[in-house]
Parts: sequence; C-alpha cells; structure tokens
Amino acid sequence: MIELAVNARGVGKTFPTKDGDVVALTEVELTVEAGEFVSLIGPSGCGKSTLLRLIADLDPASTGTLEIFGKPASQARVDQDYGIAFQQAGLLPWRTVAGNIALPLELHGMAKPARAARVAELAELVGLTEFVDRYPDQLSGGMQQRVAIARALAEQPRLLLMDEPFGALDEMTREYLQGELTRIAAETGAAVVFVTHSIPEAVFLSDRVVVMSPRPGRITEILSTGLDDIRDEALRESPEYFERVTAVREALHGIPVERANER
Amino acid sequence: MTTTSNAVRTPPVWVRVVAPITVGVVILVIWIVAVDVVKAAPRALPSPIAITNEFVLRSGIIVEDMGITASNALIGLVAGAIVAIVLAALAATSRPVDGMLAPLVAAIAVVPIVALTPILNTMFGASSQFGRQSVAAIAAFVPVFVNVLRGLRQTRPVHRDVLRSSAATGLQTFRVLTLPTALPYLMSGLRIASSIAVIAALVAEYFGGPADGIGTAIATYAKSGRASLAFAYVAGGIAIGLVFFLVTSLLEWLVSRRKPV
Repeated sequence: MIELAVNARGVGKTFPTKDGDVVALTEVELTVEAGEFVSLIGPSGCGKSTLLRLIADLDPASTGTLEIFGKPASQARVDQDYGIAFQQAGLLPWRTVAGNIALPLELHGMAKPARAARVAELAELVGLTEFVDRYPDQLSGGMQQRVAIARALAEQPRLLLMDEPFGALDEMTREYLQGELTRIAAETGAAVVFVTHSIPEAVFLSDRVVVMSPRPGRITEILSTGLDDIRDEALRESPEYFERVTAVREALHGIPVERANER
Repeated sequence: MTTTSNAVRTPPVWVRVVAPITVGVVILVIWIVAVDVVKAAPRALPSPIAITNEFVLRSGIIVEDMGITASNALIGLVAGAIVAIVLAALAATSRPVDGMLAPLVAAIAVVPIVALTPILNTMFGASSQFGRQSVAAIAAFVPVFVNVLRGLRQTRPVHRDVLRSSAATGLQTFRVLTLPTALPYLMSGLRIASSIAVIAALVAEYFGGPADGIGTAIATYAKSGRASLAFAYVAGGIAIGLVFFLVTSLLEWLVSRRKPV
C-alpha cells in the first residue's frame, strides 16, 4: 500500500462568531500520496487556506479525522513531518538569511557545525548562497520567498505545505519560482500541498488539482493533470497544458458566479 | 546640481548641518549684543561669555555635581526600567495581572512627581540620595512600562504561525520572537524615560536632600545672585540630558535599524 502524506476523512471546520457558527469547511475527503503535488484552488472563502492550516495543525479541525503520514496532525507538527511557507515570507527582520533558514534547526537543538552545513546546502538549493549574510530588508520579494522555502525545507520534511507563496510576487518572478519549486520538489521527493487562486499556476505545478467552492467551503472536484514530470517553459505553451487549464476553469465555473462576486 | 524628487524634498546634508548651527550662532550673537554691548538685559541674565568663564573656572566642582545628579538619574532610570519590564512582562502574559496593573500605572502616570518629592526627601533623610533616585525611578517607570507592554503585543500572526509550525516551545517563542519584537519598543521607552529621569532627578534636588547635585547648586546660586554660575550649572544639566538622550537614541537605532519585511 502506498503511504499517504495526507489523509482527510470528513474534515470540517466551524468558527464561532457573535452571530453564530460560521462553517468554513465541511466534509473534506482528500488524500495526498507521498511525493505527490496537489494544488487547492477556489475563490476566496472556499476554505483552501483553512484546510491547509488544519493539515499544519495551526488550527484544530472541528470534525472528522486528519492524519499526516498516519499520525494525528498535532503529532506530525511536533515531529516536524512537514514544512510550511506562507504568502508573506514571514522572515524575522533582525536575523540574516542564514539565521532565518537555521531557525527551525536551532529550535530543535541541532549543533552549530551541522546547522551551518545544512544552511549552506539549503541556500544552494534555493540559489541564495551569495546572500546568506544579508538581512531580509535587503532582499527582493522573490528572494525573501525563496528564503522562506529554504526554511520550510530545513528539517527535510516529506510534506511541504504552501499557502499562496507566490501570491504577492510579479508574474515573471512567479513563473521563475514555479519552475524552481517543481525542481526542488523533485529533488527532495517531498509531497506538496499548494494553495493558490491562479489556474495556470495550479496546472503547471500539480499532479492533481483540487477545486473548492465556498459557503460552505468544500471540495467540488478533483482533476488529475496527467502531465509528466518535466515541468519547463515548453509545457506552458503546449496544447495539453491549455486543455488542463480550460478543464480547471470549467470546474471552477461550475460554481455559480454570483457567489464569488458576493464578497 | 541634481534635482531628483528626493533631493527636492530633503535638503542636502550640509544644509541640515549648517542651518541649525547658524540659528544657534545668531541667537548667541543677539544674546551677547543685548547683554554686553547694549546692556539692555535684566541683571539675572548674564552674558554667554560670563557663563563660559564661570564654567571653565568652576569646572571641577560643576563636573562633580553633574556626577551626583547623573548617577541619581541613571540609578532611577535603571531601577524604574527593570520594575517596568518585569511588570509589563507579567501584564503581557496574564490578562488578570494586566487588569490589576492598568489602573495602578494610570495612577502613577498622573502623580505630579514634584508633589511627591518633598515627602520622599524627608522620608529618606538629608544624607541619602535615595529619595531623589526613587523620584527618577517613578518618573522613568511609566514610559518604559507602556512601551514594553505594547512591544510585547506586536508579534505578527505570520511569525507566530512560523514558530508554531516549527514546534517551538513557549519559552523559545518568547526568546526568538516576542523579545526581539519588543526590543525596539523597550528602547523607545528608555529614550523617553531617560530625559524624564534626568529632569526628575534634577528637580528633586530643589526640595531638600543632601546639599549636592546640579539642582541644589542652581537653586543656591540663583538665590544668592550669582547668575553666571547658576547658568553654568544649567549648562551642566543640559549636558547630562544630552548624553542620556544620545546614548539611548543610539541604542534605539541599533535595535530598530532592520525594517520589518
């Protein structure tokens, strides 16, 4: 049997508010295999970020069971089975690039020489070797995001969670980092759960695209892209790619349009 | 000359340096002319030249008194800041403590220091600097407390998420996130408190205690008509305040020069 990186069964999340409970997510059935790249896509309010936060144990699920590599999400977090990157890079401004990448290693008590070696390795992986002594405010947005990815990969997680990590970047940087991410994911062999609201981004990166809809947040369709492992610039111009983009768009538009416009 | 939009808005460095110096020199010249040449000033306002002469002549004793006042201010500043940091940390971690401390701090903030001073000076006697130091400490406490408490609440959600996802313990989160985030706020508080502590320590000397320090000397010489010497001591007081301000400003700049991203 193939090991599952993520196994969600009937997962839901409700937030209590003054005006009663708000259902952010309901009845999520989702599995992510080890090494698989899965994107979550949908309009705002569809619960894609919420689902990612549940997987990361940043918020507890209200209903259902959620297992990460066969363990409860909270245990997986403590065991550092996943690494996570957010839309904001979330770097500590008073630490250098090296200090930021080393943060998780430092927290888990890795000895200094081993830490330095691992940081050098990670900086190389994200192409920032020359910038390890810089501070975050001296880097471009794209470079900051690469630091955040390196930090997420520090503990060699088998699962990488990404919450619109390229959402705040310009189109050129975004496409460049998408290429880098597919390379990094292939090199590390990690499974990736990637939240985005960009259809081309989801198709370019993913093995499977999970289409979600709001009110209540739920999964409406899961599409396999069926694209092979080589994700390069040629792919962006291939007919298969456009075909998949269209398929995802149609799946998204199955959701009544006024819902997306309401907010 | 280049006329970038930036150069239009902020004047070049030499203008920023020369302009205030020019203003200072002009005021000095007017002062000297009014006192020494026209002799239009009241007798209590001596000429800058006379003040400088007195300062040079009595520099030994003036510096000694500056040491007394400065050390009172420093001890008060450090003691007040330590109490403020500890209480702010407690208030930040526990809502009930915050609720208990808030009215107390508000009360301390509105206490006129000058009103307390004679009482404290009498309480600790004419041979002890403790009354003056406690006045400085009370004065320094409030800005440090308010700023540190605010600083301890400034951690950003994304940073908290990063640490939680890294399975950091509460203590680790405090050490690598909460504390560094609060540090610039602590330094701002110290910068504000440092000036207040100097003023408080100096003013406290007007209301009894030992017969030393800048404030005591100013009061004595002003009353006995030695205006030049009184002003020389005022210059000493300004020097203390300036040193405190510059040192704390430097500390503030050192910890806050990395902009958040």
